[in-house]
Amino acid sequence: MTEVRSTMETDIVCVGFGPATGGFLTTLSRAMVDAQGNTLLESRVMPGMPLQVLCYERADDLSFGVSGVVSRARALRASFTPEELASVPMATSVTREEVLYLQDPIGASRRSAGVRAVDAMLDALKGALPSADHALALPWIPPFLQKHDGMIFSLGQLNQWVGSQLMGSGLVQIWPGMPVQEPLYNGDRVIGVRLVDQGVERNGAPTGAYMPGMDVQAALTVVGDGPVGPVGQQLNQRFGFPKGHHQREWAIGMKAVVELAPDCGLEAGDVLHTFGYPEPEIFGFLYVHPDRMASVGIFIPSWFDSPARTAYRYLQHWMTHPRLWKHLKGSTMQSWGAKTLQESGRRGEPHLVGHGYARIGEGSGSTNVLTGSGVDEAWATGVQLAEAVIELTKAGKPYTKENLEATYVARRRASWVDHDAGVAERARDGFNAGFLRGLVGMGLTGLTRGLVNMPGKVVPPHDRLPSLERYYGDRIPGEEIREIRRRCLAAGLPVHDALMDRSGWPRIELDGALLVSHQDALLMGGKVQAAGGFADHVTFADVATCAGCGEQVCIDGCSGQAIMPGPDGVPVFDREKCIHCGVCMWNCSKPHAADAERSNVRFAAGSGGLHSPIN
Amino acid sequence: MSTGYHVVVLGSLVPDLLQTLEPVQGPTGPGLKNEMMLPAVLDPWAGHALFEAAHVAAAHPGSKVWLVSLGPKAKLQQLMMSIAQKVPFELVAVDGSASGFHDAFDVAEALAAAIERIPALDRSRLLLFGGCASASRDAGATVQMVGERLGITDQFLSADELTVTADGVLTVLERVEGGQYLASKVSGPPCAIAWATGSLPEPPNNPQVGMANMRGIMPALQKASSVQVGAQGGTTFMSLELPKQERKTRIVKDVPLDEMAREIAEWIKA
Repeated sequence: MTEVRSTMETDIVCVGFGPATGGFLTTLSRAMVDAQGNTLLESRVMPGMPLQVLCYERADDLSFGVSGVVSRARALRASFTPEELASVPMATSVTREEVLYLQDPIGASRRSAGVRAVDAMLDALKGALPSADHALALPWIPPFLQKHDGMIFSLGQLNQWVGSQLMGSGLVQIWPGMPVQEPLYNGDRVIGVRLVDQGVERNGAPTGAYMPGMDVQAALTVVGDGPVGPVGQQLNQRFGFPKGHHQREWAIGMKAVVELAPDCGLEAGDVLHTFGYPEPEIFGFLYVHPDRMASVGIFIPSWFDSPARTAYRYLQHWMTHPRLWKHLKGSTMQSWGAKTLQESGRRGEPHLVGHGYARIGEGSGSTNVLTGSGVDEAWATGVQLAEAVIELTKAGKPYTKENLEATYVARRRASWVDHDAGVAERARDGFNAGFLRGLVGMGLTGLTRGLVNMPGKVVPPHDRLPSLERYYGDRIPGEEIREIRRRCLAAGLPVHDALMDRSGWPRIELDGALLVSHQDALLMGGKVQAAGGFADHVTFADVATCAGCGEQVCIDGCSGQAIMPGPDGVPVFDREKCIHCGVCMWNCSKPHAADAERSNVRFAAGSGGLHSPIN
Repeated sequence: MSTGYHVVVLGSLVPDLLQTLEPVQGPTGPGLKNEMMLPAVLDPWAGHALFEAAHVAAAHPGSKVWLVSLGPKAKLQQLMMSIAQKVPFELVAVDGSASGFHDAFDVAEALAAAIERIPALDRSRLLLFGGCASASRDAGATVQMVGERLGITDQFLSADELTVTADGVLTVLERVEGGQYLASKVSGPPCAIAWATGSLPEPPNNPQVGMANMRGIMPALQKASSVQVGAQGGTTFMSLELPKQERKTRIVKDVPLDEMAREIAEWIKA
């Protein structure tokens, strides 16, 4: 078959549409023409016309970013008027904030001696502390965690709203449902991107309907494809990281939007953050939107060392904690999803610019790991790049590495984003040495503005993960663990449920409304899209390594049950269930044979994914 | 001499089929809860009609496809970002409710009026396409009524195939009872075809098609006319009743299709 790959030339091509790209395109589009429609930033490929700007997004709609968000919204407020922000569906101002330490009402949680001592102390002081329903409301919230003056958003709705404004301007084009396969290079210069091939088998082999992905050549490629985006990953592999930088800390956020019962006892604007349960390392949130809608969810960090870490079951145990269940009982799931978070913060910052490209947003290390804030920071980096592009375009200067450093990187370094990220850089190191040390470390970093930090050695997840036998060895005899593994493999099931059942976690009583099976969450929580004709985007670098892997964390950690036990011990991937959270990419206990910073699971460009705009 | 067909496709958005829909009573009548937030897709029936239209147009040089869509303008814009990459068409947007709580008559009036306003449309070359169950709660009425208003007397319902012979004769396969097809011949346009599933797969996303379409989409949305349909247009809904819904999920692997069908049939019978 003869490959006929078409090429198109534009001025700027953006990869991924999230808050960072939203900030970039909003700022840029406002500067492209004047009030009379006259061109202010002229296109090079279409002289006389405004800059030609294209954005390609993998998801089938502009709402894949599943999450409720609470944010100080400094950057968003600089871009929009209060009236405009108030018109974003599901947005509201924060009115009340609580941080809850959740104790274990079941006795199945794996708590260290230090955590058990804290629990015992709280029990002893029960009458004297604001404690109820196995939870302590912290009497004081450290300033660095406060969101009192902030806003609650649905990220899906925010993205859709921003996208609609942009498309309505007619100045930029955003194309969902179009994954970008890879950057295009000319030497060390990025000259655009290649879109994914369509009409191919699962293994990428062309079919009769083969349509090679188009090459989109551009003077500037803006990379905002998030923490697991294929273009960002490939740039990282080609250009490496600045000295001392790496992306070794991750988290999976599993979330749902629920409709609360009328007597839930919560009001719009309420913000609850939790820690301590179902495992001490798992953090949770509950944000209340208008009209009795709420975003709920948990974060499971890569330093939670269970090799059978299942976000879905832990989410259900979290929701049924007595302190939360009193609000969530009678709720109905409206949407559900999961997303990987890049938790290395500024230490995970790659080379921000090069010849012909610039990195923005979460994949560029913008998330503040002390305040747990990422959306506003991502937006700010997009704005900063847009301001740089406006300056360079007006001056007729090319988008070279030097020019982008002098404009974009300089703006970023001088901004609150970079300053605060610098403060936060070592905030979470302590968690690598233990949960309590991590908490103390965050407090130290926050209260001393980064002058004092708790040390902790940060290693890739695959260097941390113990075997099942080692992790569960104090609760389940090794022989029984091996039998459970054998039984689950024969039944084609992950091991996490059997191990958690055996470890004392009660079965979740499904109510068909909020507590539903994992598969029902896939159906109720959004829409799983997997149009035919695309290659599998999850592959295993060395299947022999997988066959000999005793943990297979990729199966237990998979958010959509898309990776399941397969024949010969090699996991199988089902694209129709993949929700593109990307957790498999870092949730692997084996390193890549050629690169110890990567794992044995490859997460590439792919079509589909589950999403609902009510996220 | 002009050649080719002028194919007008009637098609708009529907809530994504996997969503659980909840009717609510608003100030002007019933609607869907969170309608503006629900993920929307192109009505699958209309989707088949659009893909068939593009196929006909591609095979007959000089043809052109218009997509006439009635829906909330903001949601139409969102929908266009997804479907504009599929096939070439020119959008004619009509701003109004697409909640499903309206009568086929209202919708047909609005769509016919929009078609009559298309300046370059040659009615002698018109093929009117739509989904056989679209905008009519499966009554198959909307395309027929639009056709009547446009004076199109050759109408075909639940079509799966259209072939055109060298002399321009159109042969349409319509679904009839018992899994049979009725083959009808018509000497040429104008005619109206309400499509069932057709026979074409969904085309891949083509960025160049998208860019070409988008040049006309934003202006079309900006000049969309507003219509009042359904309760807003005066239709009264006496009562609403949700279909019974039961969800049971089971994970199975390597089960033959026949076995799945048998099991589902038994479950329904029970």
